Amino acid sequence: MSVSSDYLEHEFKQPSLWQRLGWFDWLWALLAVAGSIYAHVHYAAFMDNYEIGILYGTALTLIWLGWSWKPVRQLSLVICLLSLFAIGLYGEDLARGDTSFFLKYLVSSQSAIMWMSALYVMATFAYFFGMFARSEFSSRVGSALTWSATAMGLTGLMVRWRESYLISHDVGHIPVSNLYEVFILFAVITALMYLYYEGRYRNRQLGGFVLTVISAAVAFLLWYAFARGAHEIQPLVPALQSYWMKLHVPTNFIGYGGFALAAMVAVAYLLVERRPAGWLAGRLPSLEQMDDVMYKAIALGFAFFTVATVLGAMWAAEAWGGYWSWDPKETWALIVWLNYAAWLHLRLTKGWRGRPLAWWSVVGLFITLFAFLGVNMFLSGLHSYGTL
Amino acid sequence: MNLAITLLVVIAIASVIGTVLQQNEPYTNYVRKFGPFWFEVFKSLGLFDIYGATWFLILLGFLLVSTSVCVWRNTPHILRDMRHFRTDVQEKSLRSFHLKAEWETGHNGDEAAARSAALLAARGYRVRQAAQGEHRTVAAMKGAVGRLGYILSHVSIVVICLGGLIDGNLPLKLQEMRGELRAETRDLPASEVPAESTLGTDNLSFRGSISIPEGASSNVVFLQLRDGYLVQELPFGIELEQFRVEHYPTGMPKSFESDLIIHDDELPEPLRQTIRVNHPLIYKGYAIYQSSFGDGGSGLDMRAWSLDLPHQEPLALKSNVNRFLRLTTTRGERTLEFTDFKLYNIFPVEEGDTSGKKFRNYGPSFVFRLRNPAGEAMEYVNYMTPVEVEGRQFFMSGMRATPSEEYRYLYIPADAAGTPQRFMTLLAAAHDETRVRRTVEQQLAGMMGGDAASKEVRSTMIDSISRLLALFVEQGIDGIIKHAEANVPAEQRQEAINSYVNVLQGVLGALYVDMLRDEGVDVAQGVSDADSQFFDDALNTLSMLGAYGSPFYLQLSAFEHIEASGLQIARSPGKDIVYLGCAMLMVGVFMMFYMHQRRVWVYVMPRDGGADMLFAGSGLRNRMDFEREFRALQAELEKAVPPAGAATN
Ligand code: HEM
Repeated sequence: MSVSSDYLEHEFKQPSLWQRLGWFDWLWALLAVAGSIYAHVHYAAFMDNYEIGILYGTALTLIWLGWSWKPVRQLSLVICLLSLFAIGLYGEDLARGDTSFFLKYLVSSQSAIMWMSALYVMATFAYFFGMFARSEFSSRVGSALTWSATAMGLTGLMVRWRESYLISHDVGHIPVSNLYEVFILFAVITALMYLYYEGRYRNRQLGGFVLTVISAAVAFLLWYAFARGAHEIQPLVPALQSYWMKLHVPTNFIGYGGFALAAMVAVAYLLVERRPAGWLAGRLPSLEQMDDVMYKAIALGFAFFTVATVLGAMWAAEAWGGYWSWDPKETWALIVWLNYAAWLHLRLTKGWRGRPLAWWSVVGLFITLFAFLGVNMFLSGLHSYGTL
Repeated sequence: MNLAITLLVVIAIASVIGTVLQQNEPYTNYVRKFGPFWFEVFKSLGLFDIYGATWFLILLGFLLVSTSVCVWRNTPHILRDMRHFRTDVQEKSLRSFHLKAEWETGHNGDEAAARSAALLAARGYRVRQAAQGEHRTVAAMKGAVGRLGYILSHVSIVVICLGGLIDGNLPLKLQEMRGELRAETRDLPASEVPAESTLGTDNLSFRGSISIPEGASSNVVFLQLRDGYLVQELPFGIELEQFRVEHYPTGMPKSFESDLIIHDDELPEPLRQTIRVNHPLIYKGYAIYQSSFGDGGSGLDMRAWSLDLPHQEPLALKSNVNRFLRLTTTRGERTLEFTDFKLYNIFPVEEGDTSGKKFRNYGPSFVFRLRNPAGEAMEYVNYMTPVEVEGRQFFMSGMRATPSEEYRYLYIPADAAGTPQRFMTLLAAAHDETRVRRTVEQQLAGMMGGDAASKEVRSTMIDSISRLLALFVEQGIDGIIKHAEANVPAEQRQEAINSYVNVLQGVLGALYVDMLRDEGVDVAQGVSDADSQFFDDALNTLSMLGAYGSPFYLQLSAFEHIEASGLQIARSPGKDIVYLGCAMLMVGVFMMFYMHQRRVWVYVMPRDGGADMLFAGSGLRNRMDFEREFRALQAELEKAVPPAGAATN
């Protein structure tokens, strides 16, 4: 019997991931590796071994991402081209930002970020209109705008990274070092998570809700830039000059992004749940699906937030001499984490579903918000970088 | 389990308090903030050191226990569940499943079972088959390892808490309760701290800080404990050979690092190592971190220019930051407390400009307090090199009564040689009574006739003008105003003051011209713009002197910059345990979320010329995903083991 079963198994075999990869996938992998080797060769002087490790780690992550979520490849290539275009225009002279037309109005970090802001806000309206008017076209426009906004945002960060080095080599650093920069990161990551959901579940009806929180972030960003001149690139205090920043901050914002996504889906859930027969109900995904998305977003957020907090502790051990100091920022990270741990327990062990957990994740967003904004605004501590 | 969730929430809420209420401040601050009553209440609740408070630790203890118990209870059946295929599942229980499908196939029982098993295996399921009498059961499962995630992540909580416990200050708390330990609150040098506030090298875990001046060394660190501190002895000495700090153009520190020498009898020769922020030195399990920097008692050479006896040569003084001098001045006993020295003073050029573009270095400065016998002190910051304002050079000296105030600055015009000498000479002239009288006399000469009466008037005028000048020199413009308020009716006061000022300007001007002559300047064809400008500046300074509040101007003539490096020294044997726990937690959580255990069964009931197929499944989590997967599998099964009548491959 076993012989025949082996034979049968062969008959039922499916092509493995490797066999399913197309030429574009391989080209993609090739580009990612080539790019990192180029960066290694040219900029090794600015990196310690950890950072070189991070460089190649990023390449592998990108390859894997691109293979398992195809649109990432096109997105990255667009960002790559735009950034190279900007860097080329700058040459070695930051002042070109004011003279070169394309820099001034398109791809200097500041204008790219302005484009991002505008596009996200437009996307929000497009999605909502698409939902209200049941216009598939408008929703498609929404997606297109969100993709472009994300491309512009990430381009803005890439170019800002270069600009910081153009100011002076010792000022140069990855742009995740203060509130202004991480808000861009937040908008982009949340958008990407939503776009993934959109592709996976083949529906765009939640776009308006998720983009609302992104637009709010954008509004803050603009106020922060114009009222406080926060867009100025500032040099790093010694404590922040570490490879840990490249790991800790982005990981954290994957967590925040997940929590934000969950909260916005929860809002939609609550609206539908209040009037199951209401006109919104017909326009949004089923309650069960929203509940599922909410769980997945929080699970993802929690997993990455756990990693981020651990990384933070390890960094603290290196910079401040203790992995845990009960500093307000640390403590609030713990609070956020415990909060979602409780949420997960209620869902997974008590089998809670629906309304109470939806409310809980909305409240959770405010707790999270306080952890990454309120703490800097109202509380003092070791962690007082990018204070308002 | 409910307990667990409650604990998570309660701990979260408790933690908030410690972030809203500044922890471990000097108790006096709290008393000021909350008043004595609430201070006592909060203190007894341990709110000023929440994370060390007994009740908080007990909460964590509960979490520890409850998690352990929970893991203990769940682990056995989870492990069993991972291995066990449930081939003995009953037909009717399968029928009760939410996910199931039934059909009749033309394949005979064995074939149907074999094909199903093969398909499921090809889809990554682990498969077991069983035959009981008539029927065949194909039991398959996938992602069972995910269950380990639960065990890993929860054990990790226990591990982390234990590691943290080792590093926490629980032992200290116990010693304190037993009265073997007392936090020292007085400001003493380490050598004088009593034994009951000193910890030996047998203390396994601590985290303290110490500031070491260049060239000095230390073998202790200070641990902060609520409103006091403890002295922790080290089994080795740390010497600071050199400290370096670099600044950005904005004056913000770019990097700072210390060249350390570790002195330990167990070392063949002293260990040399440079540490920077983010790059500590680990020696014998003691981690030495660069955390801050400050002045380490820089040497200051000063000249005290007396403002009361300006004709005197300046008095040479010598001291250090963090030291003090006792002086007998023209205004009585004074103590000079030197509190700080700065090598750079970089400020944005235009007010509020932080764009990191235009900055200016005002050079070295030092800060001192001048304390009178009553204990009242004025604080001064004096800049060493003359500062350029509108093209002229001034010695800048800021003064204030309390640290909360802004400094108010006195600008003493510097002479060509870059000293205050010229201003002092003028001041001396103004102090020299006979000289003043002579000058006034010359000014009044020719104004009146030579007769006795006018002689009389003149001498009284000379007296009053001289007194006025003395008043001005002593108390500045305020003195003049007070004088007018005392002697002149309100309505004429303003013009009186104006005329006073004119007269004084006249006299001082004359004195100044004399001074110029003495300097050898030819004043026959008028005074140069530069010189008259100097006079105006000097006059301004004079009118401010009254408010300056110091009997002398302290000029920094030379300095020896000694920096101190702020080190943080920690010993945390629990660290690796905590990191191990963290690793388990991270792996565990990802496993929990991204590896779901799911089971499917194919129940084959042979019948003549074919078999009844019953396909059922259950997924632990992600019901929607599993349903999708199940339906896909079902479709494939119905192809592999097609319903009777459907064309067989
Ligand atoms: C800081 C403390 C804790 C954290 C962060 C934590 C975290 C988690 C998470 C994230 C899950 C969901 C993972 C999953 O099963 O998909 C979970 C599940 C669970 N937790 Fe906890 N937990 C903690 C403490 C506890 C305690 C104290 C108990 C019991 C008294 C407990 C019992 C459980 C149980 C029974 C499950 C379900 C396991 C399963 O269904 O596979 N947890 N825990």
